[in-house]
Amino acid sequence: MKTVTIDAKDMHYTPLNQKVRAAVADGAEEIILNNVLGQRFIGNGVRGNSRIIVNGVPGGDVCMFMSGPTCIVNGNAEHAPGNTMDKGMLVIHGSAGDAVAHGMRGGKVFVRNNIGYRGGIHMKQYEVEARPMLVVGGTAHSFLGEYMAGGLVLVLGIGQEKAMTDRGIGSGIHGGEIIIRGEVDDYLLGVGAKKFEFTEADLERTKPVIESFCEQFGLDPAPFLDTNYTRIAPASSRPFAGKYVWE
Amino acid sequence: MSLGSIPPKYKVSIDREQCMDCGRCIENCSYGTFRREGDKILIQSRKCTACLRCVSMCPRDAISLTENPVDYRSHPLWTREAREDIIKQARSGKIILAGMGNASNLPSIFDRLLLDACQVTNPSIDPLREPMELRTYIGKKPSKLEFKKTEAGDVELATKLSPNLKLETPIMIGHMSYGAISLNAHLSMAKAAKETGTFMGTGEGGLHRKLYPYQGNMIVQVASGRFGVNVDYLERGAAIEIKIGQGAKPGIGGHLPGEKVSAEVSRTRMIPLGSDAISPAPHHDIYSIEDLVQLVRSLKEATEWKKPVFVKIAAVHNVAAIAAGIARSSADAVVIDGSRGGTGAAPKVFRDHVGIPIEGAIASVDQKLREQGTRNEVSIIASGGMRNSADLAKSIALGADAVYIGTAALISMGCRVCGNCYRGLCPWGIATQRQDLVDRLDPEQGAMQVSNLIHAWTLELSELMGAAGINSIESMRGNRDRLRGYMLDEGILEVLDVKNAGA
Amino acid sequence: MCGIIGFIDKTKSTMDGSKIKAALSLMNERGSGDGAGYVAYGIYPDYADCYALHVFFDNMVEPKTKVDEILHRWGTVVHQEEIPTVEQPGLKRVHTPWRYFFKPFDDMIGGKVGSEKDIIKHIVMEVNSSINGALIFSSGKNMGVFKASGWPEEVADFYRIEDYEGYIWLAHNRYPTNSPGWWGGAHPFNLLDWSVVHNGEITSYGTNQRYVEGYGYKCTLLTDTEVVAYLFDLLGRQHELPTETVVKALAPPFWDEIDRMPPAEEELHRAIRLTYGSALMNGPFAIVVASNEGIVGFTDRIKLRPLVVGENGDKLYISSEESAMRVLDPEVKNVRTPRAGEPIIGRFNA
Repeated sequence: MKTVTIDAKDMHYTPLNQKVRAAVADGAEEIILNNVLGQRFIGNGVRGNSRIIVNGVPGGDVCMFMSGPTCIVNGNAEHAPGNTMDKGMLVIHGSAGDAVAHGMRGGKVFVRNNIGYRGGIHMKQYEVEARPMLVVGGTAHSFLGEYMAGGLVLVLGIGQEKAMTDRGIGSGIHGGEIIIRGEVDDYLLGVGAKKFEFTEADLERTKPVIESFCEQFGLDPAPFLDTNYTRIAPASSRPFAGKYVWE
Repeated sequence: MSLGSIPPKYKVSIDREQCMDCGRCIENCSYGTFRREGDKILIQSRKCTACLRCVSMCPRDAISLTENPVDYRSHPLWTREAREDIIKQARSGKIILAGMGNASNLPSIFDRLLLDACQVTNPSIDPLREPMELRTYIGKKPSKLEFKKTEAGDVELATKLSPNLKLETPIMIGHMSYGAISLNAHLSMAKAAKETGTFMGTGEGGLHRKLYPYQGNMIVQVASGRFGVNVDYLERGAAIEIKIGQGAKPGIGGHLPGEKVSAEVSRTRMIPLGSDAISPAPHHDIYSIEDLVQLVRSLKEATEWKKPVFVKIAAVHNVAAIAAGIARSSADAVVIDGSRGGTGAAPKVFRDHVGIPIEGAIASVDQKLREQGTRNEVSIIASGGMRNSADLAKSIALGADAVYIGTAALISMGCRVCGNCYRGLCPWGIATQRQDLVDRLDPEQGAMQVSNLIHAWTLELSELMGAAGINSIESMRGNRDRLRGYMLDEGILEVLDVKNAGA
Repeated sequence: MCGIIGFIDKTKSTMDGSKIKAALSLMNERGSGDGAGYVAYGIYPDYADCYALHVFFDNMVEPKTKVDEILHRWGTVVHQEEIPTVEQPGLKRVHTPWRYFFKPFDDMIGGKVGSEKDIIKHIVMEVNSSINGALIFSSGKNMGVFKASGWPEEVADFYRIEDYEGYIWLAHNRYPTNSPGWWGGAHPFNLLDWSVVHNGEITSYGTNQRYVEGYGYKCTLLTDTEVVAYLFDLLGRQHELPTETVVKALAPPFWDEIDRMPPAEEELHRAIRLTYGSALMNGPFAIVVASNEGIVGFTDRIKLRPLVVGENGDKLYISSEESAMRVLDPEVKNVRTPRAGEPIIGRFNA
């Protein structure tokens, strides 16, 4: 396997990203970035199917517009990892800030621990070829899956008494689904979001995602396959149709 | 219902003497105003939107249309509009949405600004005979040039230029999304932009694959909904524009109703078929100016710093300070959309009451950037209700580098500003996705009309500049000395930094 | 319509003002008796290291006190006196011309004020924009502007111009149009070492004015030529552009000409136009600019005003009319009219 190692210590993000792009163009299968500290936009707009290992704490918008690669972050991530991501996978061995997977349209973002506010906001799906997924091991703060127009947000609540305790889940959701382990109190739901029964068929659909997440973090999937989930989906694909009258 | 109906807005009638009973009115009206019963064409005036499709297609000029066929008791305060809005809201309990731009009758500042011409002390320039330069570069410019000596002892330029868009005329076509308007409307404008050496905005609805041949003249927009945005899209554009706000509805988002999300629109926007396409009010990754910087730089990183990035904002009270922040963000141009900007649909209360006119916004932004020494950091693109070459010339004299036209481009394709864009039934094939209606707009013909309009304004601008003794657009830009105010108050004149007529 | 003359002796041999007066007067058809002026370089050898500030005072009490205060805040007045004048029957004395020989304090340099010259620029802008009844109209070293409302010979006699010996002379005969005929509005316009005489009208004045005002210059003299001095100071001194490049910024080639240039030259000219578009001067003009390094004359890009050049050994002449040059030097050679926008540069021999 062709591996390229880059020491990112004290490097500005523009030259760092240029090196990453050059390595991808050069056919590197694995690109290891050491001593990453605060560099933004790592993997931004990168195509192909290489594997980018980030050792350290990347800055905001890691993997924004990314279209293909797998990016493993060995550390926490800041603001908006997986922002408007297109294809590929982002795995965060830690927690992440606000607006995780914002406007994401394809690929997977797996966060081992917790995420901040507005996770999965405005995720959207086009047919089956581009279905974004955000899986959170721990919990998420308010406005999870707000304005969602497709895709999947899954919260496993590992180590939590309740997977979700913050409000505004799925405000304005008009596509896709939010699946939360355990019960979700009604008052946590946002406008336009509705709880649905989590069926066996739903579990069958979700199982591969859970297994894939567990595989990434070396977890046993069994406890997550034998448990209750709450499925939250749009009350309507036209959440605001009733708000207006025409002149 | 205790409220009853409100009176119809228009009365349509057919001069039966003239009518040859050809039925073109029935075929052309997508709103169902006309129908045939037996051997007679019947009219249902209440359905009419005054799109004038029937009038312009009637071979005998037999159709007439009158506004307000019913009068209310006249009252200066309780206008017809005020009364009818209340009736609608009493009935529905909802927000009133309206199409097209600001319809309040506040006076236009442009109409009270007068341009200058030469007499005696310097010669007018004849643009037919003498060179006249309208070429405009949009993008970041150095504030000064630096030179270095080569080993051979020659002096060479040390300053590296940032990527700029090269325009042959300072008229650009603003962002109107595919979805809000038809593919044929987009194709018409894209062909026209290529033909006239200028650029067109995609709007926030993505870039349809049929527009790829024109991508070199397209500015791809990234709005809060991120519709159709991926790295391919960003790379296709000649420039990228972040839309923060819109003059017709500052501070709020928008949504394309599910009815307009056809298969092609769904594919281009990369969203589910038939669901609303919702653009939130803010970008949810931008809650502060430093977050805007992050998005600007993220777009630049994604495209390897090869594309200019524009930021479009609505002209709001503090527009100058906001633009100054944008000028320090790595952005290459700031687009200011004034309160008379158009829209497919906006809450009426926003359309008519929020934001400031473009004239004041250009003046204050240009001034602020100069005070801060950042005027060369960004180009200024002005938009919002540009009706003719005079508005264009005045915008540039106030300090804009170029303008975006929107509604004017639609009118050049047939639009009659009926303001019913949101219904998706546009009989001119513009604001619709219904194929039979879209087919009415031939992209070749449409392109010629849009090109004609841009050519005509460009010619007029050349003449205006020539008359003012100016042969290069640079010397028009920010040249407020060549403007005078007429019936503008002292306060506005001070903001515009323009003298009174006669002064 | 105005008449202009420029002269440089590249060996720094000096010439007194009597001939320049005669030459300028020959072009009286080009003027209207509303303004004339002269600038000469090399005239103050005894105070060569001081800035010679020429000031019009409306009275010697309040405005002068204020100017003195500002000068004392920024430096030392080495010497000051009224500029010697002789009353002329046709010339109404509106102001008292005064001169200071001034040295700025070294320790005032810092922040936005990066040099001695920045101090002088600041003082000129402050006085001219904020003190009623005082106008600094000349502020360079070892040079001085002498101007007033009147015919060339009246202004020359008023200032006893024949008493000054200079190696550069510029002179201007004014026919004011768009601005009043007042002393401050007469040419040459000056800031620091830069002096400008101009025939024509700058239709881009509003754009140029907005541009230089962004850099702290204040256009207070109610006429378009002032901005040229500031453009030269900004581009030539502050941005350190060579004189040829400054002229290329103010009167650049047309885009179609630039498009035909070889790549490096094309990029340079494109860069100049992109960067200095707001400095481009439009409208009819013929201009001669002087500094302590020499003179440069050029016209607008489509040659709407006349300019003639002639030489004789180390002497270079630039004028609106050949006849005026021939008054200065009957032996003038190589008389020609430069191309539009072509800089005619006269520098001292090394």
